[in-house]
Formats: sequence, structure tokens, C-alpha cells
Amino acid sequence: MTNTSIIRRFAPFVALAAIAVVATAAVNGLGRATSARFSPIPVHTTVDDVKGQEIAVLTDAPHVPPAIKRDYATKVIVNLDIIEKKMRLADGVEYTMWTFGGSVPGKFIRVREGDLVELHLKNAASSTMPHNIDLHAVTGPGGGAKTSLTMPGGESVFTFTALNPGLFVYHCATSPVPMHMANGMYGMILVEPKEGLAQVDREFYVMQSEFYTKGDFGAKGLQDLDMEKGVEEKPTYVVFNGSADALTGEGALKAKTGDRVRIFIGDAGPNLTSSFHVIGEVFDNVYVEGGTVAQHNVQTTLIPAGGTSIVEFGVENPGDLILVDHSIFRAFNKGTLGMLKVEGAENKKVFAAVKTLGAVSE
Amino acid sequence: MYFAAKLAFVLSGMAVIPQGSYSPLYATKGAERVAVRGFALDRAPVTRGEFLEFVRRNPEWRKSAVKRNAADNGYLADWAGDLAAGNASDLRTPVTGVSRNAALAYCSAKGKRLPTSNEWEYAAAASETTRDAARDRNFISRLVGFYRNRASGRSQAVGKSAPNVYGVRDMHELVWELTADPMHAGHSGRAHDMSCAGAAMGALDPSNYAAFMRYAVRSGLNDRTTMKTLGFRCAGSTGS
Repeated sequence: MTNTSIIRRFAPFVALAAIAVVATAAVNGLGRATSARFSPIPVHTTVDDVKGQEIAVLTDAPHVPPAIKRDYATKVIVNLDIIEKKMRLADGVEYTMWTFGGSVPGKFIRVREGDLVELHLKNAASSTMPHNIDLHAVTGPGGGAKTSLTMPGGESVFTFTALNPGLFVYHCATSPVPMHMANGMYGMILVEPKEGLAQVDREFYVMQSEFYTKGDFGAKGLQDLDMEKGVEEKPTYVVFNGSADALTGEGALKAKTGDRVRIFIGDAGPNLTSSFHVIGEVFDNVYVEGGTVAQHNVQTTLIPAGGTSIVEFGVENPGDLILVDHSIFRAFNKGTLGMLKVEGAENKKVFAAVKTLGAVSE
Repeated sequence: MYFAAKLAFVLSGMAVIPQGSYSPLYATKGAERVAVRGFALDRAPVTRGEFLEFVRRNPEWRKSAVKRNAADNGYLADWAGDLAAGNASDLRTPVTGVSRNAALAYCSAKGKRLPTSNEWEYAAAASETTRDAARDRNFISRLVGFYRNRASGRSQAVGKSAPNVYGVRDMHELVWELTADPMHAGHSGRAHDMSCAGAAMGALDPSNYAAFMRYAVRSGLNDRTTMKTLGFRCAGSTGS
């Protein structure tokens, strides 16, 4: 073996060693300071002073609570009521949903980084199952699940400090978890960064999820859960906001030309990842996986099951923008369709039809 | 003596469950089957009418008198008053809103006891045609349907469903049923955490969603807990 081949073989290790030296130097020399190459890994040992308290405004999809104006941490009381009830899954199709707050997806929670959240989880006396909650924003046992098992008619309370900013999924984690999630037990919590989010004109709450029913897609009546389809990861429905037509017709999202739009989009799964796309738009900003880094000029963004994304775009022209999971059979055959209706003046510089089927241009 | 006990239970209308074994959700000390001795079991859940008779004779178990360390405030919540258990059709439905303490007192007054979780699971593994349907996908799927539909509307009269091979009815159809022990805690030598996906760890059949639902309910019960969908039936020891 020649010297050059040895060097070639060990080159990656030499590079790693060099990186390690740099990293050590950064930590030793600068404490927790970052270098160009590395991000700091904070261990949160102190928290902000918490002043006062307020009761969180919670909203049903597609609505989002108002932006936070505070520049300090407070105690935020979140009251979440678990309700099991029959709900509409599609036209003429009903399903017994298990919900956080009476709707699917569950209530949207909005707090500020550093807030002390006191979460009150109540399970309606009419419920047939115990439930709990795992918020992905929580640093603690089971994301809160281990201490929040709540029997019908009962209440549990826990507190947590929202250490990390971002958009997070929450869900029920009571055994059997896949069933609780397949029945609609999920929602999102936004932890606004201390500096807040950029001002926009419209904010929407959209969550994709699957339903597994005994009957085929569109089969009428009250549908039973089909766990076999769940295990096989073959959903009957893949929908936005809890039903096949939640975001169409009267439910369509609305905006005006010139608006800056932000969609808080989550994927509850329970099984599938989402290739989220808006037909006829380009996402100007995508906060990938609901985190802090913005990617720009994105056509389709991948959302993990149990994950989120924040997409932002300006709307330049009137028309119907169509929200889809670009795993397109789902959109066409399983219900993953939504609409954003944009009204306002046309801008022919952005788009103009010149010659179309059956019509003569002027 | 054992024969006499068995005969008495049979004469009182109970079903005799022969000894055998069943496959629990979690292995017990490495064993995939749990042996269960023979016992007697009520053929149907205790009804509101039967429980009404009990509280008539035992005033300390009336809803206005029950001690808070015996049952939580959901005790007999659907009853309009101490002896107002509903109309004739209500009286034929399973009694719910009862705690383990109350169920134990009822069974004890009848010379019976609550079934252990092992006994209950063993008897409940039987379908209409076989003693052990625990791995039968269609059976499990039916049970999940029964459990999920408990939320919708009022309970039905007991004794309407088809009996299982032991002649026992409504083990799954109507209400969750109390057992003498919580089972989930230390059943296999360690507590199974029913609060997250970790519940699948150590499960002999992770796709037995019906069993996960039952175990999750049991994991949340203490001796005072009541639920609108939780009732019970009594058992008796036959000694064989």
C-alpha cells in the first residue's frame, strides 16, 4: 500500500479530526459560543421571569389565534376539553371522532417562547376511553403524556416552559396510540419566537391526516374504524382539516390579491408523510419542519408524520389555488384537496392566457 | 364442598368456566399463556334493576349516602335519585357509574366476588364458536367496533347478544367491566406504560387493539373510579 493510498483511505478521518480540533477550540475558547460551522446546543438551565397570567385563545381550523404582542414571558392557561362525538368525514359519511376541543384537528394553541404553560386536560364524562396529551413542544416525560392520563369525567394538569420556538404537533398518546390518532386526536401548538413572526395579512391552520374506514371511500353512513388498513398503511381517506371537503366550497380559504399568506401546516399521519403543494403558487418562504430556518422558492415541501411546516407566500393574481398532497392519487381519490380563493385585480404581467381551448384571443 | 359450591352457582344461573389458559396482551414471566383455574361467572353484566335492589337493602350504597372514599362523584350519576334508577327498560341495562368498591360490596352481598383480570380476559377470549379467539382478526375487529360504539347513545338491555361458548353474554358488547385487580401494574413483573407508543413493547400481539383498549381503561382505574361506560359482573370460586 502506497503512502498516497493510505492518505486517501484515511482522508475522511483526517478531516473529522480537524473538525474535532476546531470544535474543541470553539468550546474551550468561547464557552457556548458558536462558530461558522457549528450551531450551539443549549442546555436550558434558566428560564425567563414569568409575569402575570392569561387564558389562551384557542381556535378551530382553519383559524389561528391572534399574534402575540407581549415582549415578556407570562403564564398561559390552556383549557383543552376532550370530546368523543360523531362527525362528518365526507358527504353522507360519518365517523366517531375523538377530539381535542370538539373538532378535528384539535384546537390551535399559540404561546411565546419562554412562556410557562399550564395545561388543563379535561375528558368529558360521556367519553368511553381514557386519554392524554403528548405535545412535541414539551420537554418532559412523554411530552406530558406520562402524567396526563385522564379518565372520563376527570381532569389532569401539568405545566411546562416553552423552551423551543417553532410549530409543533400534539396528539393523544394513550394506548393504543395509533387508534387514538386515527380517530382524530391531534392538533398544533405554535411557540412564537421571542422576536415574533413577520407580519402577514392572512394566517391559516391546516392539518393533513388519514382515516381508515371499513367502507370504501365515499361509502355512506356511520363508518367503523378498520385497524387492519391502519396496520397496512392503506388509508381510505387522506384529508385536510378532518373531512374530505373541509377546505372546499364554503370552507375554502380566502385571500385578496396583494395579501401575504402564512399557512401553519401539520401532518398528523398517523402513517403517511405529506408532499404539500399549492397548485398555481410558489412558496416564497418555507420554515422547514416547523423550525427556524427558512428555505426559499419552494414548489413542494415534505412534512413528516408527526411534523409540521410553515409556508409563506404572496398572492399576485385572483383565482382558485388548490392545496394538495402531491402524492397525487391521494388528492384525486382520497380527499386531500383544499382551496384558497383569491379575489382582486388581475395582473396580466404575472400571468396572461394568450390562446386557449375553444376561445379566440382578442 | 367444591362440588356444592359449583352446584350453588349453577343453580343461581351462573356459567361454569372450565380451567384452561389464555394468551394475555403481555407475556407473564416469559410465559405466553396464563393458566386459569375453573370458576363461575355471571352470564350477563349486573343490571340497574339488580343494583337498585342492592341499594334498597344497603342504604350506605345509595348515591346520597355513598362515602367519597368509596366512589368518585360520578357514582350512579345517571340516576335521578337514590332509588330512581330509571324506567323499566333502563332497569334491564347494565348498571354503570359504579366503582370497584361498590362492585365488590354488591358481589360480596351475593356470596360472590369480582373476577380477576386473568379470569375475565380468559372468559372474554371466547367467541360464539371457540374458547380462544384472541388471535382471530375478525373477532378483534368486532370487539373494536363494540368498544368504539359505546360512546354513542344509551346502553342496551343485557342478554340480547349471542352467548359465547361458555354461555356468557355481553362480555364486550355493552360496557367495560370492572375486575378485582388492575392487572396492568406488574402483571408481567413490570408495569406497562399505557401512556405512549411504548405500550407496544413486550406485547405478544401488537395488533390486538381491542386488548390495548381494555388494558388502557384498566390502567386508569382506582377503587373509586366510575365511568358512564363501566359496569361489572360477579364471579365465584368453584375450586376446580
